[in-house]
Amino acid sequence: MKGYPWLSDLTHMSPSCRVSHGIAGTLLGEMALCAQKRPPEEERRARANDREYNEKFQYASNCIKTSKYNILTFLPVNLFEQFQEVANTYFLFLLILQLIPQVSSLSWFTTIVPLVLVLAITAVKDATDDYFRHKSDNQVNNRQSQVLINGSLQQEQWMNVCVGDIIKLENNQFVAADLLLLCSSEPHGLCYIETAELDGETNMKVRQAIPVTSELGDISRLAKFDGEVVCEPPNNKLDKFSGTLYWKESKFPLSNQNMLLRGCVLRNTEWCFGLVVFAGPDTKLMQNSGRTKFKRTSIDRLMNTLVLWIFGFLVCMGVILAIGNAIWEHEVGTRFQVYLPWDEAVNSAFFSGFLSFWSYIIILNTVVPISLYVSVEVIRLGHSYFINWDKKMFCAKKRTPAEARTTTLNEELGQVEYVFSDKTGTLTQNIMVFSKCSISGHSYGDVFDVLGHKAELGERPEPVDFSFNPLADKKFLFWDSTLLEAVKMGDPHTHEFFRLLSLCHTVMSEEKNEGELYYKAQSPDEGALVTAARNFGFVFRSRTPKTITVHEMGTAVTYQLLAILDFNNIRKRMSVIVRNPEGRIRLYCKGADTLLLDRLHPSTPELLSTTTDHLNLLGATAIEDKLQQGVPETIALLTLANIKIWVLTGDKQETAVNIGYSCKMLTDDMTEVFVVTGHTVLEVREELRKAREKMMDASHSVGNGFTCQERRSSAKLTSVLEAVAGEYALVINGHSLAHALEADMELEFLETACACKAVICCRVTPLQKAQVVELVKKHKKAVTLAIGDGANDVSMIKTAHIGVGISGQEGIQAVLASDYSFSQFKFLQRLLLVHGRWSYLRMCKFLCYFFYKNFAFTMVHFWFGFFCGFSAQTVYDQYFITLYNIVYTSLPVLAMGVFDQDVPEQRSMEYPKLYEPGQLNLLFNKRQFFICIARGIYTSVLMFFIPYGVFAEATRDDGTQLADYQSFAVTVATSLVIVVSVQIGLDTGYWTAINHFFIWGSLAVYFAILFAMHSNGLFDMFPNQFRFVGNAQNTLAQPTVWLTITLTTVVCIMPVVAFRFLKLSLKPDLSDTVRYTQLVRKKQKAQHRCLRRVGRTSSRRSGYAFSHQEGFGELIMSGKNMRLSSLALASFATRSSSNWIESLRRKKSDSASSPCSAADKPLKE
Amino acid sequence: MAMNYNAKDEVDGGPPCAPGATAKNRRPDNTAFKQQRLPAWQPILTAGTVLPTFFIIGLIFIPIGIGIFVTSNNIREIEIDYTGTDPSSPCNKCLSPNVTPCICTINFTLEQSFEGNVFMYYGLSNFYQNHRRYVKSRDDSQLNGDSGALLNPSKECEPYRRNEDKPIAPCGAIANSMFNDTLELFLVGNESYPTPIPLKKKGIAWWTDKNVKFRNPPGDQSLEERFKGTTNPVNWVKPVYMLDSEPDNNGFINEDFIVWMRTAALPTFRKLYRLIERKSDLHPTLPAGRYYLNITYNYPVHSFDGRKRMILSTISWMGGKNPFLGIAYIAIGSISFLLGVVLLVINHKYRNSSNTADITI
Repeated sequence: MKGYPWLSDLTHMSPSCRVSHGIAGTLLGEMALCAQKRPPEEERRARANDREYNEKFQYASNCIKTSKYNILTFLPVNLFEQFQEVANTYFLFLLILQLIPQVSSLSWFTTIVPLVLVLAITAVKDATDDYFRHKSDNQVNNRQSQVLINGSLQQEQWMNVCVGDIIKLENNQFVAADLLLLCSSEPHGLCYIETAELDGETNMKVRQAIPVTSELGDISRLAKFDGEVVCEPPNNKLDKFSGTLYWKESKFPLSNQNMLLRGCVLRNTEWCFGLVVFAGPDTKLMQNSGRTKFKRTSIDRLMNTLVLWIFGFLVCMGVILAIGNAIWEHEVGTRFQVYLPWDEAVNSAFFSGFLSFWSYIIILNTVVPISLYVSVEVIRLGHSYFINWDKKMFCAKKRTPAEARTTTLNEELGQVEYVFSDKTGTLTQNIMVFSKCSISGHSYGDVFDVLGHKAELGERPEPVDFSFNPLADKKFLFWDSTLLEAVKMGDPHTHEFFRLLSLCHTVMSEEKNEGELYYKAQSPDEGALVTAARNFGFVFRSRTPKTITVHEMGTAVTYQLLAILDFNNIRKRMSVIVRNPEGRIRLYCKGADTLLLDRLHPSTPELLSTTTDHLNLLGATAIEDKLQQGVPETIALLTLANIKIWVLTGDKQETAVNIGYSCKMLTDDMTEVFVVTGHTVLEVREELRKAREKMMDASHSVGNGFTCQERRSSAKLTSVLEAVAGEYALVINGHSLAHALEADMELEFLETACACKAVICCRVTPLQKAQVVELVKKHKKAVTLAIGDGANDVSMIKTAHIGVGISGQEGIQAVLASDYSFSQFKFLQRLLLVHGRWSYLRMCKFLCYFFYKNFAFTMVHFWFGFFCGFSAQTVYDQYFITLYNIVYTSLPVLAMGVFDQDVPEQRSMEYPKLYEPGQLNLLFNKRQFFICIARGIYTSVLMFFIPYGVFAEATRDDGTQLADYQSFAVTVATSLVIVVSVQIGLDTGYWTAINHFFIWGSLAVYFAILFAMHSNGLFDMFPNQFRFVGNAQNTLAQPTVWLTITLTTVVCIMPVVAFRFLKLSLKPDLSDTVRYTQLVRKKQKAQHRCLRRVGRTSSRRSGYAFSHQEGFGELIMSGKNMRLSSLALASFATRSSSNWIESLRRKKSDSASSPCSAADKPLKE
Repeated sequence: MAMNYNAKDEVDGGPPCAPGATAKNRRPDNTAFKQQRLPAWQPILTAGTVLPTFFIIGLIFIPIGIGIFVTSNNIREIEIDYTGTDPSSPCNKCLSPNVTPCICTINFTLEQSFEGNVFMYYGLSNFYQNHRRYVKSRDDSQLNGDSGALLNPSKECEPYRRNEDKPIAPCGAIANSMFNDTLELFLVGNESYPTPIPLKKKGIAWWTDKNVKFRNPPGDQSLEERFKGTTNPVNWVKPVYMLDSEPDNNGFINEDFIVWMRTAALPTFRKLYRLIERKSDLHPTLPAGRYYLNITYNYPVHSFDGRKRMILSTISWMGGKNPFLGIAYIAIGSISFLLGVVLLVINHKYRNSSNTADITI
């Protein structure tokens, strides 16, 4: 929940927050004890059906325990954990200090109340979390499974399953432990599993028993099975397993292919038997349940620094006051001993000063209250809920709401400068459509109209009729009938082409009814290719581990499958070796064009000239992947918000560039698109240098005024770098990137890339993606955000400051690794420009106010020190000190931190420049912090010296003394509460009912508690604890006191208001202007004057705004001398006539003279 | 690859975001709260609100300030320092601890008559009643008449907790250092011998202090009996039950004692000593003329450079003389008004220049 985070170890802050729902219940009776702590294993031996033998190894049972506590250990363990927090220990230390009578300047409860409160809240949260872990542990541990015991199947709970047991699994059951597959209902001991739980991949995978055990079909034979598995010790590698089965004096090698891992689900298999090899905590699933790395925001880091500084400041004040104390005791205190002798232990002024140092540390510690960290967490949690609740980020089609998986990063969303995006599935829908192909030099797929002209989109003729093929997929559409004719004519090239597509893949087929085929493909493009082959008469029907059955033009042909070399990101291709019925062995290979071209026979164009070491080209495919909805608009908007977008994709350069154009990252307006494709270090360096030179030249010419007037004026406004940045883009290839990322060139690369408006890296590996992010993160000191949907984006997502996962087609691995997830790229604009911006704004306002209010509160003690002999006497009543931070001033600022809005959400989209203060970190930085502190100190000075001035010689209206200590305390406390309440009122920009309630409520509660604490009743019960009896009514009845409070309030607030007003009229922020515009617009809604001006300005301005990639905000900012009202009118006029986004969209589509349709066309061979 | 294992996911049979995995409605509620569309007041500092505020504050504060200032100036107040550090002072002789009892007399003249009730104060300077160790050195249970605390005072009272094995009542440094000079006031009239001015010693403490906070130990016996077993504070000559002859002003509820026990916030303070009630509407309470102050000088302050004063003051609705408040109100009112004018000028200037700017743009 909280902590002094300059200590990097904050393990108990949970990185993701799951909403827990209250369920009544106790932890009693949940003390399932799981075996723990054994020496590390060297190797594992497990003999089937021999519990006695296996017991001597003391392997972990299958009971899992994710919970941390039980009912007895909860309190000690939890407290121990909590006191590992420096913050808590620090407060404990203060508490101990307070117990020393000579030092104690405050009652012990002023520290213990907040401390206990914080500990209790954390403990309750931990207990709730743990309760749910207990519950789920119990549920999992008590699942039933069928275990083969003494020759018969018996129902056992999961937790009672032991290593060496043979268990039976049925279809759709979870695998209970890591099993060695022995046999299954399917032929050849095959079985199918889904591993979504394990690695997020939702497609099915095949596992196969080794041949010797696959025969053990019935129970009696299994019961006699006494093979012994010797294998590696437990580890977390999901895709590797090596072991040996010893049975009947033979050895059989075992691999991952024979294993069923816990967490998988059995599919399409009636039953199977497995031998438990790893159980419970030793399973790969549990071995993988590590914590993800904890990410921190820059505000966090800044806060830590500031808190350290404040501590330095605290010590300084302590030292000053301690020196003051020593001098005072020496000069005055020694002589005042007639009335106030020194404590027995104190024998010198110096020692007295030493003690007073600690006393002052105690009373001044409120500059950094424990509640700061709790409040920050609460606010972030609130923001996370707002993200989860946002219906504008809910994808109705997939029924997926956005999810803030990490609650600690929200405000950083308002500071993002670089977005690294994956392409496939992120910018595009990842719904692959087979659209074109080229076979033996003939291209198919272009659509021609009746006259033989290429048809445009939208005027397509009827799609090709596949009715000849009963197994065809009805949803598959193709418009070029010549291809089907070629197939029907029996063109051997075309047949071989489709044969490859129907054989070379890892798709699983499922035939629910005769002829109703369903394909389960690992990747959508693979599915698209197999489906295409299916419709053109090469129907992949079924597969076994050793065979593939294909219906070729109606006849079933079974191929012997000799080998599969599966696809991966490094090889970028896959191959199969098959033997056809005639006995010929063929290798079919498909993959990325660049890779395959290298491996083709030199005489490629002459097809089918067979050689031994080279492949022959059969054809090329084109698959279309449509852009997601709203992608160009989102990218345009983010660009206007000064966010640089880099696309990192595994696709080939042409595809990436095309996508760049279609999503408007690249435009024809751009001066130049640099393409870096060098294969050597020198080439790459040269290309980068040239690019930089060109940019520099261009910017000089602009600076010298050779270009048009408009350009010049805009160039004047922006820095040279930004002028450069306007019109360039960089495209870099994977192999060039490898060189560019080397230590001696990375800075050059970064410099070049950052000067460009758009950067596209193509053919990059997952590792390179992470490297690029790391590079920017390291050198630019900018906040980076990575967004992706696939497993290949995981490293990038984890590296970036903020990782966003798109819950799309490719499983949930990216989502699992991400901090935020949603299902459409376009939601990114809302996440950043609305939620991020607000979070940042709120957090900054919160911190400013929080430091302000605590300095104002605490520093009064410092000034009072000079008038009370530096004796560490507090100014306020001890209850006030206890409650100030946790009751009187906590809720209004929390409400502001959670609900505040400067401008409505739609305005943040309309004026993307509003995002800039976050990127430049303008709202809370060291300067702002010092301003807050200075304001706090200013307030504290007035808070002390005005009552001092008034009270010094004053008397009450009944003649008695006014300046008694208690009246003084009440007056100062009351004016403080009023001043900070007025201040929060000024800071709150968005007064919801909740804000009203909290602000007025806090004031009311202050007075209520004040009168209660000073009441006769409490005093009668505890005279020594409630010494202020009668004080509130006596003091607050005095007109002088109220005059003092009013004076203090006005003097404290007046400069703030004057300064803010001046800033607003002389140097308004964009957000101020937008806010003001809003107000003016509201007032002028009815008035339709200046309509004529409306039309003229609007068209020109929006055009201007677009062509220079600047929002209207830039214009506002540039007109520094413009006053609010005129601005307001102007912008009112501009924006009321036309929707800004609309005009932007129009302009964009005009300028990009559509050389490419909105389609991605990766070519696969 | 590290994952967050969550057994709950396993139980629910699906990861949180598996597309189409959950049947339940995950659409977020369309409520104003969840969509952050709560109706709200969005104040903004415009010229229309800020400038009038400054002017209004100015217009309110200046009259109040003048009112306070005039009221304060109409209050009669005279202050007489009788510490006796000046060798020419009649009380100089009392600085030596040998002269006991030491009585000194100081003459003074009232130029103007004091009308209405007149309040007599003693003032101390450089006296740290607000020192932390001093402030806590008391036992409010004992002062509230708790019989347990009477015989066993709180540890906070150390070193004035017990004397010669007897508990001190009232214990603690505050009580121990109670002011014990006696001040008497005489009018030197036209008659041959001076008229003593009647000084009322009751009604100088807060009602709550006298009736709630301070109570004598319970019982029907004499006050002396009720305080049996205790001893007087070290510096006191008399025990606490002999502070006054009147039973309702004796013991812990002696008002001089109560006034002293209400510790001052600042090292220079004045405490109410006596009331001089007005006699009639026709005669001023203290007519102009010559007076003398008779001091039984018991309270040593010289050792720590303290000062002692006697103050006579009349009073108004807002208490005694208070020049600071009036001047502060006038000053702040004026500043506010001035700020308003300055801001108005700035605002006005910008309106003009921006209007032209608007046209040229």
